[in-house]
Amino acid sequence: MLHEPAAKPSGPDHASGYKAKLGVYMFIVYALFYAGFVAIPLIDPELMKKQIVAGLNLATVYGFALIVFALVLALIYNGLCSAREASEEAKAADGEGK
Amino acid sequence: MAVTIFLCFVGFVLGLSFYLGKKAKSAGGYFAAGGQIHWAVNGIAFAGDYLSAASFLGICGMIATKGYDGFLYSIGYLAGWIVALFVVAEPMKRMGKYTFTDALDAKFNSKGIQLVAALSTLIVSIFYLIPQMVGAGTLVEPLLHLPHYVGVIMVGLIVTFIVATAGMASTTYVQFLKGALLIVFSTWLTISVCQRGLTTSPTRVAQDENGKVHEIPHHDYGNITYTEAEGGAIVPGDGKYSFTGQTQTVKNETTGKVSDFVLLKNPDGNDNWWLKVTGKDGELMLSETATQTVRADSSRFINGRKAIGDERLQASYLSKIRGKANTSTGSVGPFEFLATICDEGTEIKHAGSPIKFEHDGNQITAYPIVSTAGSDMMVQGQKFKTKTFWEKINFVSLMLALFCGTAALPHILIRYYTVPSQAAARKSTILAIAAIGFFYILTMYMGMGAMLNCTVDPSDGNLSAPLLAKGFGIFLFAVISAIAFATVLGTVSGLIVAASGAVAHDIMDRYAGMELTDRGKVLSGKIAAAVVGVIAIILGILFQGVNVSFLVGWAFAVAASANLPAIIMILFWDKTTAKGVVASILSGIVSSLTIILLSPDMYAKYLGISVTEAVKFAPMGNLSNPGLISIPLSFIVLVVVSLMTGKKEAGEAA
Repeated sequence: MLHEPAAKPSGPDHASGYKAKLGVYMFIVYALFYAGFVAIPLIDPELMKKQIVAGLNLATVYGFALIVFALVLALIYNGLCSAREASEEAKAADGEGK
Repeated sequence: MAVTIFLCFVGFVLGLSFYLGKKAKSAGGYFAAGGQIHWAVNGIAFAGDYLSAASFLGICGMIATKGYDGFLYSIGYLAGWIVALFVVAEPMKRMGKYTFTDALDAKFNSKGIQLVAALSTLIVSIFYLIPQMVGAGTLVEPLLHLPHYVGVIMVGLIVTFIVATAGMASTTYVQFLKGALLIVFSTWLTISVCQRGLTTSPTRVAQDENGKVHEIPHHDYGNITYTEAEGGAIVPGDGKYSFTGQTQTVKNETTGKVSDFVLLKNPDGNDNWWLKVTGKDGELMLSETATQTVRADSSRFINGRKAIGDERLQASYLSKIRGKANTSTGSVGPFEFLATICDEGTEIKHAGSPIKFEHDGNQITAYPIVSTAGSDMMVQGQKFKTKTFWEKINFVSLMLALFCGTAALPHILIRYYTVPSQAAARKSTILAIAAIGFFYILTMYMGMGAMLNCTVDPSDGNLSAPLLAKGFGIFLFAVISAIAFATVLGTVSGLIVAASGAVAHDIMDRYAGMELTDRGKVLSGKIAAAVVGVIAIILGILFQGVNVSFLVGWAFAVAASANLPAIIMILFWDKTTAKGVVASILSGIVSSLTIILLSPDMYAKYLGISVTEAVKFAPMGNLSNPGLISIPLSFIVLVVVSLMTGKKEAGEAA
């Protein structure tokens, strides 16, 4: 794709280590949830037909849940990363002030 | 009217692309302008980048023909964003690198890596190009009434010309516009589907030669018992049908399967082909087929009746709703819509694999009609079964490749880095996940809507979503087709630029060290673009009718096998060596391509038979998706080769 060029980083990112670690943990959580979805048809395909809520079967509910859960995790990730970035910036500003 | 709306919209998007692309180039860099782009605009643009023809045509098409199995792609494509956001984007940003090749180059600056990375970009781009070209042909066919191959050639020539002359920038605002419109009009289509509700006697529309729209009455495909009288005459068990005296036995030369057909006169006065089958209790049965007959004078007949204009076969419909025949639900809510289909008493009749034969000089394509419970259609298993060992491997492979593919596509993460602050980049991505996730939920409604509103063309499932829109009016059909077509143009353009860049810049200039003048570089780039364009056109024609999302699944598998292990290990494993990366990329490419070329889907193409039949000939049975074998293999090769060459490379560096 021809896109506009990337923006340059605005400065040193003191929270990068925390964000990388957090990302890996959250990835593991989601990967386990995703693996459950893949495992059910292998172990007990009939289970996916079971009606769970509002007449919808497990396959539909689980599929929608995977989509919604991705968004929820992304929002949590953003919240935690933003909070850490703000606290690191405040620390750095304090350091400069002294 | 449809053609005018279509041409105006596509012209507008193309014009905007050129205008904004030119403006971005002359603005002396992005940074000033980029700082003004709101994260929300960037997020929807992200969605516009990602939602290619495969998402709209392919996923909806697969859901329309195979039910829930198509939705697996929606789930997998969206889940891939988690890998991209959590594992790759932030660490790569920390490294200060923005693309796969950048990151590899920065650490090793190895000629071998430059070559294999370019090769990988070239192969993934071509794999991604095939479904886009197939999608282009699909869109042009019902709208402009041109054959599929004309659509493919048209798009190939337009885009190759654009790339080879001016280039087309996929700017944020153009992608924002396309992404936003696709979501808005897909929502409109979904609401229309729910408002119409479910019925066991849906009608469909066809346009005659003058553009007039006709409503085609519903046809219920029958099943009746029969007896054989002396002399081989067929006596239908239902007196409303009569035997015309004509039969046809069809033997598939490749598989040896024999199908016996009987021509009956139906109560509506039309003659249609019925297939001899054996009932549940061993009784002799006749099952009516969905039949298209093309006579020597090119006139077409649908189920024995002369076709009206562009009328297509009625290939699927609800025969029972919650156990009741001849009923309708009226307008339903989104959950009730799906719950009604999930019900054990709901039954769907749909077309199986076609059987082609010649009778009295007429070319006949007959689709046996299969009944499937709604509860079976709403779980995985119509396309991706999980009974045998290879079927299980195939299913897990697909889900793994979809999960890992997004982060490994060369072009997809670029936009993450085009907003200045990290918080804005994350917000853009979250909005993109929300928009893409919402669209993917809509695919379930559009796909099932197409299946149950009789808008599936059994010869090309990719047409399902545009034809569904046509059932709700020509305006919606034209606008949705135009958005999808503009998306194809943008994606094809970007892919041809990436592929030609890999050949001209990475291989010829950097790897081979061919000292070309500036003019020579430009010329080689243009020649490479033209060659890639021609390859894409040929493959786009050859793969007509194959689901575009399935083809994108292959592109994801190749990308995930070739690129992802190298990206992950460079970011997280210090002992990774240049030779390890080269070996990993090569093993990923070779193993994934080998499995794809030996898959039943390719054997179906080689032998001209259905995929179900091709399973018997493919060496690895049902295995069509390479991910479960090729991705771990690529990781193992990287680790082993890196450990073997680690000390040597460290010594050389010292």
